[in-house]
Amino acid sequence: MSDPAAESTGLHRLAVANLTIHHGQLRAVDDVSFSVGASEVLAIIGANGAGKSTLLRTIAGLHTQTSGSITFEGEEISGLRTFRRVRRGISLVPEGRRLFPSLTLEENIQVGAQKAAAGFFTIDAAYELFPWMHERRRQRVGQLSGGEQQAIAIARALVANPKVLMIDEVSLGLAPIVIERIYEFLPTIVAQGIGVLLVEQDVSQALAVATRVHCLLEGKTSLVGAPSELSPGAIEAAYFGTTHSPSTPEESP
Amino acid sequence: MIWLNVIVSGVLLGGFYALFACGLSLMFGVMKIINLAHGDMAVVAGYTAVFLVPKFHLPEVWSFIVVVPLFALLGYVVQRTLFQKSIDRDPFTTLLVTFGLSVVIENLLLEIYTANAQSINIGSLIAKSWQVNNTIYVSYLSLTVLIVSVVVLAALQLFLSKTSTGRQIRAVSDDREAAQLCGTNYRHIFGIASSLAFATVALAGIAFGMYTSLDPTSGGVNLLYAFETVVIGGIGSLWGTLVGGILLGIAQQFGAHFNEQYTVLAGNILFLIVLAIRPQGLFGKKVVMS
Repeated sequence: MSDPAAESTGLHRLAVANLTIHHGQLRAVDDVSFSVGASEVLAIIGANGAGKSTLLRTIAGLHTQTSGSITFEGEEISGLRTFRRVRRGISLVPEGRRLFPSLTLEENIQVGAQKAAAGFFTIDAAYELFPWMHERRRQRVGQLSGGEQQAIAIARALVANPKVLMIDEVSLGLAPIVIERIYEFLPTIVAQGIGVLLVEQDVSQALAVATRVHCLLEGKTSLVGAPSELSPGAIEAAYFGTTHSPSTPEESP
Repeated sequence: MIWLNVIVSGVLLGGFYALFACGLSLMFGVMKIINLAHGDMAVVAGYTAVFLVPKFHLPEVWSFIVVVPLFALLGYVVQRTLFQKSIDRDPFTTLLVTFGLSVVIENLLLEIYTANAQSINIGSLIAKSWQVNNTIYVSYLSLTVLIVSVVVLAALQLFLSKTSTGRQIRAVSDDREAAQLCGTNYRHIFGIASSLAFATVALAGIAFGMYTSLDPTSGGVNLLYAFETVVIGGIGSLWGTLVGGILLGIAQQFGAHFNEQYTVLAGNILFLIVLAIRPQGLFGKKVVMS
């Protein structure tokens, strides 16, 4: 189910083909294929347990797939360890932020920049993207709010100058106003040509920022398309696995 | 004046304990490895100084020049091979592996060098001391060991807080997976941490061999003191390790003042008190997961 548009332009960076991943006995991701091109925002949506996070963790190398391929810039990367994939240009902002609690804000970002490729996002550029950080860079990250920690997690991944940035559940546990502010950074990174692979439970947020949406249902692809092409009813059906009928009331899932 | 003497000798002894314990603390802090062979590795370092270093026509006093780099290298290799393999399984395997290593080391030393005690010959330096007043003597050797431990701890602290490798060590010990997502090869960082731990334990083993004598089984009791030092001071705090070592040293000297047999007992009592009142140690942080 690779995307013909991205393939014909030759721009796709990350491509996943027929990926199947098991979590113990459970088939968490089942025969999923997609690709992410430069400056593209692909949002993976789906209910809890649909396999979204497992998918991102597998692409990052924290989990091993059962079958299928993960290619980056045309090269198979399934055999590479996580840190090698990061150095190639795939960064993941993990679910739950996963900052280093005993390090200061600045040190957290420095760790991200340690093996960075040369590029736009230097530590100073990250401070420009999130201006409040500079003043508080000497603080330990544990003292900061959830939204601030999330921003630091994003900055920490950005300073590695990835070509594809994967973001797992940015909005989890954050207030809507904070989520909106965090999403403000997205145009800046897309403008740098970074491809974004987003996992998001907040479907309306995902639809607002994504160029394409990929819906997972119990590990299987249930819907693919650009947000403008998809009707709310079709999304709801793909999200919950109900049969789509045109009369479905237009509720946000 | 007698109490001052107890304190002075306790502080001097404490310096040695801190030097001995900081590697243990580092290995646990970074890799979560409880290295039960820590004491035995110190003994191996001492034996290396006694048996191997003279072959290089180097006076035994200067043995650390050879032994410390050798152990640093050994630390990296052992971590990347044996310890990493056991970490990849589970924490219990690591405990068993280090325990097994301890048994193997002790028996190999017995087999090769017999049970005879060995000590590192430092010539006339052993007897030299500085007379503070008519009751207090500070031996040059003890003072040197104390200074060395303070310098080693300060250097380690500086390395961990100021260098980029040190920052990665702290990051990996906070969250191994997140560090990998930042492009850090945690196995390599583990190797470096282990290398530092082995280098310090080599110094401690040599100091021990200079102080008294080593036999193949001296590792065990020293491991106990190292554990006590780390627990009293608090895991993850190098200055805590120094204070822990000094407090343990003072407690032991305090016990010894009443009766030589109370030496170890007094230390153990302090250890138990700290464990009961402040389980995270004096300088340890309560573990707070964000």
